[in-house]
Amino acid sequence: MRLATRAGQRPWSHHNDARPPWMERPSRSFLTAKALLITIIALLMVFPFVYVISVSLSSYQDVVGRGLILFPAHPTLDAYRTVLQGGVVTRAVGVSVGLTAVGTVINVVMTTTLAYALSRRSVIGSKVVLMMVLFTFLFQPGLIPRFLMIKELGLLNSYASLILPGMISAFNLVVVRNFFMNIPQDIIDSAHMDGANDLRVLWDIVLPLSKAILAVIALFYGVAIWNIFFDAVLYLNDTDKWPIQMVLNQYVVQGNPMTQGQVKVTTPPETIRMAVLVIATVPILLVYPFLQRFFTRGVLTGAIKG
Amino acid sequence: MYLLMLPGVVYFVVFHYIPMLGNVIAFKDYSPFLGIQASPWVGLENFRNLLTDPDLGIALRNTLVINLVITLFAFPASISLALLINSMLHEPVKRVFQSVLYLPHFLSWVIVIALWQQTVGGNGVVNQLLREQGWGAFNIMGNPSFFKFLAAFQYIWKEAGWESIVILAALSSIDVTLYEAAALDGANARQRLLAVTLPGIRGIVFLLLILWIGTALSTGFEQFYLQRNAVGPRAAEVLDTFTFFRGVRGGDWGLATAVGLIKGIIGAVLIFGANKLAKRFGEEGVF
Repeated sequence: MRLATRAGQRPWSHHNDARPPWMERPSRSFLTAKALLITIIALLMVFPFVYVISVSLSSYQDVVGRGLILFPAHPTLDAYRTVLQGGVVTRAVGVSVGLTAVGTVINVVMTTTLAYALSRRSVIGSKVVLMMVLFTFLFQPGLIPRFLMIKELGLLNSYASLILPGMISAFNLVVVRNFFMNIPQDIIDSAHMDGANDLRVLWDIVLPLSKAILAVIALFYGVAIWNIFFDAVLYLNDTDKWPIQMVLNQYVVQGNPMTQGQVKVTTPPETIRMAVLVIATVPILLVYPFLQRFFTRGVLTGAIKG
Repeated sequence: MYLLMLPGVVYFVVFHYIPMLGNVIAFKDYSPFLGIQASPWVGLENFRNLLTDPDLGIALRNTLVINLVITLFAFPASISLALLINSMLHEPVKRVFQSVLYLPHFLSWVIVIALWQQTVGGNGVVNQLLREQGWGAFNIMGNPSFFKFLAAFQYIWKEAGWESIVILAALSSIDVTLYEAAALDGANARQRLLAVTLPGIRGIVFLLLILWIGTALSTGFEQFYLQRNAVGPRAAEVLDTFTFFRGVRGGDWGLATAVGLIKGIIGAVLIFGANKLAKRFGEEGVF
């Protein structure tokens, strides 16, 4: 919908086709100030990433020259090669990838089955179970009891201790359940009448309809597992089992020197630290485009409201 | 169908409900060698020790102060962001802006702190540039007295965007005809903001305040564990890190569990109390 052009219109006014008729056009200075504010905020959010990635791709000459390196004049993958030569970082990436792959599948399966069971009115006791789940949302057992539970189960210092406690997030469960509740009962009833049991109905009918929501919670879980840090601090003793965030903390945040492998003399330590940081962050950045469209288009807000 | 429900129920029972029984340790002198059952009962001794523990006092004070500062800054920040986003009419730009704002919510605190160090930290970009130009460097990430504000700004950078989603949802559910009517009555933009927009999000603001009060004693662990070395425990120790260092690392299991127990009980009291208060004001509570 284009506004009719009148003499004196601002050159970008054809963008403002969404302005409702009762809203007056604000002054040019106001709009400029708003644009400036938006730009500054956006830069504050984006700049750290750009900077870190730049430095990680810099070579010795760039870093010695100092100054603000936005685009290294002599980009190189040296830092990444050094870091991924084997040793702490490579191992941690392997651990994190494995945990994320396995954990996401487990979590989605656990969440989906429970959500489906709680979404049908015909299930006796579903209200009670739902209350039980929501209760856990508000009241946590506490750090020490959780730790001791893992200890009693003999799971200290195991990968399972990182995955099991977080298998179902009450939040995700509610989101999936709400979605399932919106699937018309008739479809399910007719499937039952054709002789399908509950599992078949879930697998053949409900899941194919739920691809979008399953993708969203899979991404939620995946990112959460990739970001695991505190649980690793709490439960793990072997540095061999460290996920990537633990390595990131040790060598970048706390700044302990890395002594692994052969560090090329010409590979500046800052670029190595940045490379580790980028490696810890990139997977999230890669999946984020798929994730963000659910929020910017308000698809999830409906589920959250519920 | 009950088979489908079983794994989930077992999970919640094993990892959420049974551990609650472990709180009994607050009343015992727990030793890992003896186990939970065999450790002797000591009644309220752990709780008595709580009252006179100086480190706990520091942790408690820090928790309350930091939470207060974070909320004082982050709450208006997320509301303002929501208003700003809501006022953007150009869809493509709006979506890009939102994407950029929501991203840090998905990063771990480790990543966030590392990014902050590299930009505003002691040896970060900004300080490097300042030193080159001959101006002094500033220290915001290693400064204990500034820490509460640092924590607030970090929290805003990471979460204000995400938190604005809820407020945005509330904003978009305000009846448009209210704005039309106000404009017809001659209200300008500022007046419309005060008369229609802010009252329109009253409900959600109350809800968020209730939830905030309920979590007044919780700060999260990672943001503070990560920076504890940089600014020192006097500034950065919060209840969650105290429980960890005293209990798991220090072996004072009974005391640490007692802290957790009290924290949980107070949190419950606070949230129910705040809920009741909100209802008395005529707003819908959380339950």
